Amino acid sequence: MHVEVDVPKCVASGQCVLLAPDVFDQRDEDGLVVLLDDNPAPELHDSVRESATVCPAAAIRLTES
Amino acid sequence: MDRIVIVGASSAGLAAAETLRREGYAGTITLVGDEPHPPYDRPPLSKEILSGAWTSDRLALRTSADLDALGLDTRYGRRAVRLDLHARSVHLSDGSEAGFDGLIVATGVRPRHLPGERAHVLRTVDDALALKDRIGPDRHLVVVGAGFLGAEAAAVARGLGARVTLLEPAPVPLAHAVGETVGQALSRAHLDHGVDLRTGTAVSEVTAQGVRLSDGSVVEADDVLVAIGSHPNTEWLEGSGLTVDNGLVCDEYSAAVGATGVYGAGDVASWHNPLFDTRMRIEHRTNATEQGMTAARNLLGAGRPFTPVPYFWSDQYDMKIRAFGYLRGHDEVRIVQGDLAERTFLAVYRTGDRLSGALSVGMPPKAINTWRQSIAVGAQWADAVSTAAA
Repeated sequence: MHVEVDVPKCVASGQCVLLAPDVFDQRDEDGLVVLLDDNPAPELHDSVRESATVCPAAAIRLTES
Repeated sequence: MDRIVIVGASSAGLAAAETLRREGYAGTITLVGDEPHPPYDRPPLSKEILSGAWTSDRLALRTSADLDALGLDTRYGRRAVRLDLHARSVHLSDGSEAGFDGLIVATGVRPRHLPGERAHVLRTVDDALALKDRIGPDRHLVVVGAGFLGAEAAAVARGLGARVTLLEPAPVPLAHAVGETVGQALSRAHLDHGVDLRTGTAVSEVTAQGVRLSDGSVVEADDVLVAIGSHPNTEWLEGSGLTVDNGLVCDEYSAAVGATGVYGAGDVASWHNPLFDTRMRIEHRTNATEQGMTAARNLLGAGRPFTPVPYFWSDQYDMKIRAFGYLRGHDEVRIVQGDLAERTFLAVYRTGDRLSGALSVGMPPKAINTWRQSIAVGAQWADAVSTAAA
């Protein structure tokens, strides 16, 4: 699985950080998303897919291999 | 279960469709939407679309390839007009029917209007583009209603150089949503940015010249935006046997009361949230998605109660407002960090003996995330505030 984030679309809701803290973080100054791991381990895939669905800005894009 | 119909093709309906496929459901999914567009995002309408920062093609919630991969039977540009629970069929506005084994109701809300002439509202992409074309320097926009939507539109219109009058019937804008102290602090931003904010001002009708106030006087305007709340779209459910009372009445699993295999999701659904032990109907973007996911899983038999911590955000001028929890009906507000007057603060809310909410303006996200975790576990107010003070 390859993860991309569209930072200009991000609305800093932090839903992805709550669901997958090993993959996503937020910047302190404005809360925008920081991608920690663009190729997460298989055991994290469910929570990353959930993050992509929940993201209120549709700012997380997944490519499943 | 071989046939699932989802009525409503916005965030909640899309989340339900995606979740059904992710959970392995391989049968038919019929997605009905009254707008002609594939699912798109609404929060940017009063922000990036109205300001012109984005063109409307950026609103699409999924690429056409992603939607194609879901294998949906899409019925866009058609409204559901009637539900027949005995025949298990939804009747659509073009005369066709969609039969189902399972049904997800996600028909959302529509804006309330005022009597009189036609005014702008802000719910669809077409609404936003029509309003955007009318905003600019030397033009006067009257916004009726200083809730979050009206406040965001007023802020964008000022940014585009328009003259803006913001009319609000309550003495303090947003007081019912965030409390008087916080509502007062947020509304001062309008004054600082040159908006003519008039509170305690009720509008009786829209006229050809502008709006008529309840005292009979007229406020002239080039354009009028009415942002006075919304109605759940439940008329098509009348006579179906489902219970409708300010939305489709659902239980704690998001299942519609009075039927089997029927679930509600998003703005239209009123459900009992066990975390707050309260019936609520939430018109927030993230709730639409979360409830769509839960409805889909429970329709497939997951049996999981829907217990979210509601979340919303609002962008006004340079303010980034974020809130977690259920703030309505709170008993106390306390500012635990920052300064109200500088509009950089973190406020927390008590309802009974529980911590029920937290709202931040201009604070690092981690400051409020800690409070969110406390709300999610049902923390006692006394414990939460003493831990934070330590």
